[in-house]
Amino acid sequence: MIEIEGLTKRYGEKMAVNNLTFTVRPGIITGFLGPNGAGKSTTMRMVLGLDRPTAGDVRIDGRRYDQLKDPLTVVGALLDAKAVHGGRSAYNHLLCLAQANGIPSRRVGEVLDTVGLTPVAKKKAKGFSLGMGQRLGIAGALLGDPRILMFDEPVNGLDPEGIHWIRNLMKTLAGQGRTVFVSSHLMSEMALTADHLVVIGQGRLLADTSMADFIARNSRSYVRVRTPERERLRDALHEAGLTAVEAGEVLEVEGDASESVGELAARKGIVLHELSPQRASLEEAFMGLTAESVEYHAHGGQPPAGPGPEQAAVIPGPPGDGAAQQQWGSEWRQR
Amino acid sequence: MSTAPAQVVRSEWTKIRSVASTVWTLSLAVVVTVALGMLISALSKSEFGNLSARDRLSFDPTYISFAGMSLGQLAMIVFGVLVVANEYSSGMIRTSLAAVPQRATFLFSKVAVATALALVVGMATSFVTFFLGQAMLGDLRASIGDPGVLRAVFGGGLYMTLIAMFSMGVAAMLRSPMLSLGILMPFFFLISGILGAVSATKKVGRFLPDQAGSKIMQVVTPVGDDTPYGPWGGLGIMALWVLAALAGGYLVLRQRDA
Repeated sequence: MIEIEGLTKRYGEKMAVNNLTFTVRPGIITGFLGPNGAGKSTTMRMVLGLDRPTAGDVRIDGRRYDQLKDPLTVVGALLDAKAVHGGRSAYNHLLCLAQANGIPSRRVGEVLDTVGLTPVAKKKAKGFSLGMGQRLGIAGALLGDPRILMFDEPVNGLDPEGIHWIRNLMKTLAGQGRTVFVSSHLMSEMALTADHLVVIGQGRLLADTSMADFIARNSRSYVRVRTPERERLRDALHEAGLTAVEAGEVLEVEGDASESVGELAARKGIVLHELSPQRASLEEAFMGLTAESVEYHAHGGQPPAGPGPEQAAVIPGPPGDGAAQQQWGSEWRQR
Repeated sequence: MSTAPAQVVRSEWTKIRSVASTVWTLSLAVVVTVALGMLISALSKSEFGNLSARDRLSFDPTYISFAGMSLGQLAMIVFGVLVVANEYSSGMIRTSLAAVPQRATFLFSKVAVATALALVVGMATSFVTFFLGQAMLGDLRASIGDPGVLRAVFGGGLYMTLIAMFSMGVAAMLRSPMLSLGILMPFFFLISGILGAVSATKKVGRFLPDQAGSKIMQVVTPVGDDTPYGPWGGLGIMALWVLAALAGGYLVLRQRDA
């Protein structure tokens, strides 16, 4: 269990991590989500005592990291894959870590086997691809058979097979009752792996919720309806007690209502050109949540001075993108 | 609750023996010191006939055989710098400190292992250099049994070790191999020598680590020499520099984020 309490890190004027409080529990995968520069890596470095907090505290099973005896046997971490001396072989890299924490040297062979690096065990790490470096880092995290595992962006640089492998590995580890804390900037990745979600933006906690709750709360479903008789349909929907909002040329009806909308239109003899159920993706929900706190905006390829205030409404977006788009837009207009 | 220092020393030994830079820096230190020492000893023998009476009185066959150390010590500096600063340049420092969060244990285990290795190599180099240098000097040679000679040869090994330790301390402070080498190499190869040669700065220059430390290798005091410390005093001054550098390195490591 990792307990983070009031954790704050300031670099000069900039608050990298701002009063974070949350708990990472055993037996599940906790996803740590936030846009680039949100403070995820800084938080993880503070858990390991590499960076000193400006304020606040991190406890690992009730103790500070530097109070742990042989810390690699308690917490295994993958921070960045290139935290390896390139001139040292994979085997010797892991051996020196094992020796520092009194881990038997046969574990080195075992973890190399687990991550599939046995054939290159004697090769120098500088010849490794990004994916192999990532696997070596994961081997280092597993070395001490720790109860707590922390992975910072583990799928970066891995090929699809490798991504599949790390997802299964994390699930297995959590299934064994271990604490698994994994960061990502991709909601889609988290949706596939995490049971619990901690979202941060600009160092502040934005959400601390179970994945199921997050999905239930944030994935808005609605029915997209296109008709030449918009006014008539609106009135009919209103009479039937269905909420509809106009979004440009189409109507959006809240809820899983495609059957009732279709039947209603048939009864009233209203022609429909389109009737399609929609679901706003989690990625959009995440973007909506963090839009206020995204540090580096791409401005959607438009020059900053260009668009007037009315432009946001007519930016052509994928279906169901309306809510998220407007929040992104309103964000840059404020600046 | 901490990580046992014996484990960390073992781990640091694995680290140091598993990179190529250890082998090539230390072999270079041996080869350069010995070869240059032999060459200068041979040249000194052939030039002895042309020396003035005063210079003949100052002739120090032991010290001459150590002439290669001025260049060989640069390889020792590279060794000391790389042992520490490669942790930073490779990013390994984060992995290392995650395994050993006690930063004093980490740094001083590393320094202890590298120092032990430098001491073995330094002593071997010093003795080999002395005997081969004396062989080149022929009739002018000193014997290991002569007064002060054994102290000088033993001191030569200590000098090389202390140079490596000083470099480790500086590298721990600067945390970059390029920056550390960029400062240490020209300093020991050029600046220290210039400061010691110019009369205005000579009094300051002789308190620099290399000039003070190399006094231990002198057996014959040059005529007119007014150095205010003896061989062991000089080595003591050098040891103080080393302590200061290591203390500074530890303070930086303790304070800063990895």
